[in-house]
Amino acid sequence: MNAAETGAWALLIQLAASTLRVSTPLVLAALGGLASERSGVINIALEGMMLVGALAAAIVTHSTASPWLGVGAGMAAGALLALLYGLCVIRLRSDQIVAGTAINLLAAGIAPFVCKVLYGATGQTPSIGIENRFQSGPTWMAFALVLAVAAWLRWTPSGLWVRFAGEHPEALSTAGIRVNRVRWAGVVLSGVLSGLGGAALSIQLSSAFSRNMTAGRGFMALAALIFGKWRPVPTALACLLFGFADAIQIRLQGVVLWGSEPVPVQFIQILPYVVTVLVLAGLVGQARAPRALGQFFDRG
Amino acid sequence: MSIVRRVGSVFLVFACLASPAFAGIKVGLVLDRGGKDDKSFNTSAYLGVQQCKSKLGAEFKHVESPDDTSYETLIRSFAQKDYDLIIAVGFAQAEAVKKIAPQFPNKRFALVDSVVELPNVRSLMFEEHEGSFLVGAMAAMSSKSGKVGFIGGMDIPLIRRFEKGYEAGVKSVNPKATVVSNYVGVTGEAWNNPPKAKELAISQYQAGADVVFGAAGASGMGIFDAAEEKGKLVIGCDSNQNWIKPGKVLTSMVKRVDAAVYDTCEAVAKGQFQGGLKRFGLGNQGVDYALDTNNDKLVSGEMRKKLEALKKSIVTGKIQVPDFYKMKGKNG
Repeated sequence: MNAAETGAWALLIQLAASTLRVSTPLVLAALGGLASERSGVINIALEGMMLVGALAAAIVTHSTASPWLGVGAGMAAGALLALLYGLCVIRLRSDQIVAGTAINLLAAGIAPFVCKVLYGATGQTPSIGIENRFQSGPTWMAFALVLAVAAWLRWTPSGLWVRFAGEHPEALSTAGIRVNRVRWAGVVLSGVLSGLGGAALSIQLSSAFSRNMTAGRGFMALAALIFGKWRPVPTALACLLFGFADAIQIRLQGVVLWGSEPVPVQFIQILPYVVTVLVLAGLVGQARAPRALGQFFDRG
Repeated sequence: MSIVRRVGSVFLVFACLASPAFAGIKVGLVLDRGGKDDKSFNTSAYLGVQQCKSKLGAEFKHVESPDDTSYETLIRSFAQKDYDLIIAVGFAQAEAVKKIAPQFPNKRFALVDSVVELPNVRSLMFEEHEGSFLVGAMAAMSSKSGKVGFIGGMDIPLIRRFEKGYEAGVKSVNPKATVVSNYVGVTGEAWNNPPKAKELAISQYQAGADVVFGAAGASGMGIFDAAEEKGKLVIGCDSNQNWIKPGKVLTSMVKRVDAAVYDTCEAVAKGQFQGGLKRFGLGNQGVDYALDTNNDKLVSGEMRKKLEALKKSIVTGKIQVPDFYKMKGKNG
């Protein structure tokens, strides 16, 4: 072991790399949540959309040996589930929280079923060789997408429509734009992005799909979205903060900070959650949701 | 409706009467959260029951629990049907077995990894610390950096037992070696989070460890991925996992859950089932390190000789491997 390997600089670089990796699926899912919520539709189904994205990506990558096709399949699967969600909450006007929960449950049920049918294994897909996995692709994509979404919302007419669909749907409707169509687009885009986030989880951060592998990341993305006040760049920064808390937590485990005993694992592992609570409880100031969030729009 | 119900109940009566006549024993297997295909602990139990099917003609059904609250329901539903033996896999099911077994005194239960003292329950316990000691010794023999890692799934006494045995094994070969230990989590999720396990493994490899022992259930796959990406060594757990990344897996600490399960089924089939505690250690091949064609080149003849000597000393009691369960007792 040479000095460079353990030096402070090397540690910082490793920490940064780890932060970027860990936050990739969060950033993607949070952007998905942003697309949906800015258009006025609450989306707690991010978790489920990520899960089917992860599953589809793992299956297609495994069978075609192409991670790019896998990513495409992940996005398509997320979009498909988003269509179902859109049908429930935009067309059929069901309660968005209830429908979102139902979508999450559906995804958690579909995944093991598909694995069973395809591979005779409950909740696992065969693992993908290192040559067919992404090493960093989705991470770059995620951060490029943050800028793209920010620019889109700010400077393009369709971005403006999305913002108005969530703030003043009546005004948008008066201008002759179909509000619910804009919301459909927002919801489907959220499925595409969450599906991509799921794909990052299964074919970049690990080598197969495993049961419930999202492990609450969809909800963390939602927290980041609120923390970031529904704006793309702050939301991405919030995801990075959560990722950083996770990365530092990994490196703090078993380290003796004071006395002779290391800090208990349980204590170290609450760090990301403490950060979330602190941040949501006061450090952010007033977080204001899009005004028409969760309200149905009736052309009437 | 009533006709359907009546026909149904006639069938049910037939089924109950008929099944013992032409089938062997019926075994219900309740797996824990890792699921049948965790390539580790649950897979091993599943293989054991499957062996009962092929060798003893037993009929079996397996169920997996989606969360820690369903064990009781699953075990009870087996007990209420005509299953002769219900096998609960994993420490998390101890409470459920403790509650249900007294309600069905004629049924037989087996519990893997925990102890429930009831006349109709057989507790199958493994001496994980002994096997972990040996793989720890192997890790220290193969390590060039003098630094090795350990990654546990959920932070529970059982996994601490792996860790302490491993650490002792490492130190027995190289007293100056350091062992870095990490845990994936403190809830049941920890068994099913490969990305997190991978991050932990990467951080250990980056900190200079060149062999990492993972006892993390289905999360373990992440550790294998990290070893592959960093070109370092990994030690598998529970099942023989040498095949997963040939050439990167130094060995696996096998826990013969399959053998223990088979043994129990056989006892039931022969009518010799007895409750109580059964221990599986190095002495009766309940735990061991795995050697096969996948890791043949990684383990030199000299290493093998030393390992066999260590094994003998543990079996004869010359080496006392620290046991976390007893350490806990000492500390109150």
